[in-house]
This record gives sequence, structure tokens and C-alpha cells, in this order.
Amino acid sequence: MFNFVAMQVENDVKQMEEQFQAKIDADIRIEPRDWMPEKYRKTLIRQMSQHAHSEVVGMLPEANWITRAPSLRRKVALLAKVQDEAGHGLYLYSACETLGADREETIDDLHSGKAKYSSIFNYPTITWADIGAIGWLVDGAAIVNQVALQKTSYGPYARAMVKICKEESFHQRQGYEIITVLANGTPAQKAMAQDALNRWWWPSLMMFGPTDADSPNTQQSMAWRIKRHTNDELRQMFIDATVKQAEVAGLTIPDKDLKWNEERGHYDFGEIDWEEFYNVIKGNGPCNKQRIEARRKAKEEGMWVREAAMAYAEKQKSKVKAA
Amino acid sequence: MNKELYEYVLRMGDDSLILGQRLGEWCGHGPILEEDIALTNVALDILGQARILMDYAGKLTNKKEDEVAFLREEWDYKNVLLVEQPNGDFAKTILRQFFFDAFRLPFFKELQNSKDETLSGLALKAVKETTYHLQHSSNWVIRLGDGTDESHQRLKTALEELWMFTGELFYADEVDTKLVNEGIAVDLNKIKPIWDAKVSEVFAQAKLQIPEESWMQKGGRKGKHTEHLGFLLSEMQYMQRAYPGCEW
Ligand SMILES: [Fe+2]
Ligand SMILES: [Fe+2]
Ligand SMILES: [Fe+2]
Repeated sequence: MFNFVAMQVENDVKQMEEQFQAKIDADIRIEPRDWMPEKYRKTLIRQMSQHAHSEVVGMLPEANWITRAPSLRRKVALLAKVQDEAGHGLYLYSACETLGADREETIDDLHSGKAKYSSIFNYPTITWADIGAIGWLVDGAAIVNQVALQKTSYGPYARAMVKICKEESFHQRQGYEIITVLANGTPAQKAMAQDALNRWWWPSLMMFGPTDADSPNTQQSMAWRIKRHTNDELRQMFIDATVKQAEVAGLTIPDKDLKWNEERGHYDFGEIDWEEFYNVIKGNGPCNKQRIEARRKAKEEGMWVREAAMAYAEKQKSKVKAA
Repeated sequence: MNKELYEYVLRMGDDSLILGQRLGEWCGHGPILEEDIALTNVALDILGQARILMDYAGKLTNKKEDEVAFLREEWDYKNVLLVEQPNGDFAKTILRQFFFDAFRLPFFKELQNSKDETLSGLALKAVKETTYHLQHSSNWVIRLGDGTDESHQRLKTALEELWMFTGELFYADEVDTKLVNEGIAVDLNKIKPIWDAKVSEVFAQAKLQIPEESWMQKGGRKGKHTEHLGFLLSEMQYMQRAYPGCEW
């Protein structure tokens, strides 16, 4: 009797999985209330929360320069940009919640080091040119990733991406504009721009993650259409798009192996320092500790504020009841 | 050039500039993400006002907006001491904001009638923005004051630190007198009772006592500042000082 029930359940699950895959294959969006395999849900929560964390941690290196921005116009634009990233974070945390992930817990996982975020934000912003380089390269790389995600299989994630992509491409243009102004400025300004490109280029390429050969989850994510391109494909798209921009700005990409390959119709490029990549992921980047500490501190120091707001709301509620 | 007008525009513009700079320090570090965004909204509005005023001060003296904003000496900044006070904790930031917003809203309402078109135009836009700012800061003062013991205590501490800087909001001298007569400036005597009433109203809900009559600091309008401004300026001016004459 018991075995029969178990078998029945197993059959049902199998059937549901097949139906699920059929929907995916037909490019029908999965919505929060639809049945989905547990692993699909978990993979998505992981990816979306990582994305949300990246938006929020990513505020820090740029916020560094709000008080030092070189003109009022740049100050206002940078402030607005960092605020956009906060909005992206919020939007993505909400998308995670549609899958039953508690926002508080999700954030605690970031603070405990359990959850990851984009390794790029563990590099320091040393000069003003870094603000240009981040917009140009980091937002630029994010767009390549996210344009593909506009067609991801999970509805709320895809829709979040449509909205976010518009703003990211604005950030990218703004960053590139900062860089070109520097590149066309005084020798000191141009040197600042080149220095920033030298430091941000390789970490930007690392943003797409390990090579396909070292990316074991890619296949399943592709089958579920959570991902629509492999890491290497996306990285290549980014390089192909960016080389020209560097040329136009009159800056040199710090890769002596970078060369147009007529046959492939793509740029060949040098070896990425994967040892550095894995170390930064592991927590050994120049700013990992500093970034997490800043987020943790914001949360700890905000605790009493949140408690006060809740206590006040409680009091108001009981007043209404008493009346 | 109308020397008094320039002075008046600087006073108003520096209040916005310096407070906007302070609020910008919060970005990325707010107590919750939603509040991070809200504080940044306020900062953006206030810096937008600062830009209009720096630009205007520049036009009066044949300078560029950024020259006025970044390339003055400490004694040439004319903001009230209140806005240069460090952020402290969230209670201090919010209370500072509340005192300022409660001043700025009736101030801008009056300024809408200014005969100076740049100023009346600015005021028209700023009234809308400041209405929201005051709502936001009032709500938080009430929440913190009537929230937990800790939040109430923190707000009280902030009040002890900031109260002595509130009197200067109503400082007026020959600059005001002349421009009020010309129909350009706001008569601050009209603003004070409105500010008092707002503070009483919000403090009552926040269960806070208004401090007794006490000594008030002043000096900002004449360029005499607290020690805090120098540090703020060295950060804010760094790029313009290090790379003179560049485009950004
Ligand atoms: Fe973003
Ligand atoms: Fe992003
Ligand atoms: Fe962005």
C-alpha cells in the first residue's frame, strides 16, 4: 500500500518535471505560483540573491567618491547612479521573495559570507577615473549578462531585468563619457584614465565567471533557460564590444595578446589570472573584508532604527484598536 | 553687481551645498535600503537647489558654477553652522534635517514672491520638494521619539547637540534688511513663528521637550565656522584643488 503511494508520487513528480521542461522549451515563462522543481527554485534564489547582493555591495566602491566628485554635475549624477543600484538591489530582493526567500535571511547570508556577490566589487576605487571605468566596464559587463537575462525563464526575474537593463545602459554610457572626458583632458587626466583601465580590465573579464570547462552548473541552467549563454560566450561578446570603445577613447587595453581573429570573427585575448579570481571569490581580494564589514555595520547600526519604527507602528495599531 | 544679492545667494546656496554634501555621506550606509534611497532623494533635491544657486552666484561674479562651489576659502562659505555638523547617528541626521526642513519650507513659500526671478523660480520648485522632505523628516522624528527607549534617548542626545545651532537659521543682518526692502529676500521674522509652531507640533508627538531658552551659536553667515567645515571642504574640494582648470 505504502509503496504504491510512493510510486504514484514519484510518477506524478516525473510527469510534472516533464511538463515543466516542456513549458521551458516552448519559452513559456514560469511564474511564482507555478510548480517548479526544487532545484530550479534553489538555483534561481542563489542567482538572484547573488545579483541583489552585487547591486548593494556594488554601491560601496562608487559611493566612496560621492563626497570627492570633481564637479557638482558629476556629484549629482554619481549620487543618482548609486541610488539606482540600491533600487536594483531592492527590486531583486523582492524577486527573491516571490520564491519564498526571506529578505532578512538572504541578507544575513551575505554578511556571514555564505552568499557570494560579484567579485569585481572587492577591488578598490582609488581615483576619480575608477568611477568612469566602473560605469564603462562593470556596468557594461553587467549589461551583456543582463540583456540575455531579459529572456530568462523565470517571469519576475526576466521582468526585473528589463527594467534594470535600461538603467544599466544609461550607467554604461555615463561611465564611458567620464572616461572619454579624462582621455581627452590634460596629460594627468589621461594617465588617470589609462591607469583605471589597466586595473579594471581583467577583473571585468572575470565578472563572467569561470570558463565553460570549469562551470559545472552551466548546463543545467541552460537547459532550464535560467542562463541563455555560457560564460565564455558572454565574455567574448563583452570584449568584442569594448575594444572599439577603448580605441575611440585613445586608451590601450592592457592585453598584449588581444588581436582580431578574422577566422573566428572575434577578438582573441590573453589568459585570465584564474588564481586571482578564485582567491577574490574566497575572500582574499583587496576589499572583501572592508565591503562586508561596511554592510554589516550599516545593518547593525540600523537595528535600533528598525526596532523604533516597528515599535512605533505597533503603538499606532493598538491606538486604533483602542479607539 | 548687487553685493548683497550675491551674499544672499551664497548663504542660501551654501546651506544646500553643505547639507547635500553631508547627506551624500550616507549613501550606501543607510539603516535600511529603503531609507538609503529616501535620504539620497533628499540629497539629490538639495544638491539640485545648490547647483541653481551656485550657478546664479557665478553669473553675478562672472564665474562658473564649480568655481563658486569648490574654490572658495573656508571663511567665504556662508552656510549656517547647523548644516555642517557631522551626521552622527541616524537620529542626529534626521533631527538636523527636520530643523532645516521646518525652516526651509516656509522660507521657500515666501521666496516664491521674490522680485528676483531666479529666486522665485527656484522657490516654486523647491516648495514641492521641501514639502516632501519635511514630511519625511517629521515622520522619522516622531517615530524615533515615540519608538523605543533607545531611539528616544538617541533623539534626545541629538537634540542636546543640535539645539544651539537652530537660532542661527533666523539670523538677519544688513544684507537681509536691504533685500527685504527691495522685495527680493524673505523676512525671517515671518518665518520664525511658523518654525516654532512646527517644532512644537512634531515634538509633542515625538514626546520631546523643547529646550529652555539658551545660548545660540552663530557665525556661519559671516564665514566663522565650526571645526567640522574644514574637513568637509578638504574632501569636497580635493579634485578641484589638485587639478586646477580641468574639465570633468
Ligand atoms: Fe545595477
Ligand atoms: Fe546589475
Ligand atoms: Fe549600474
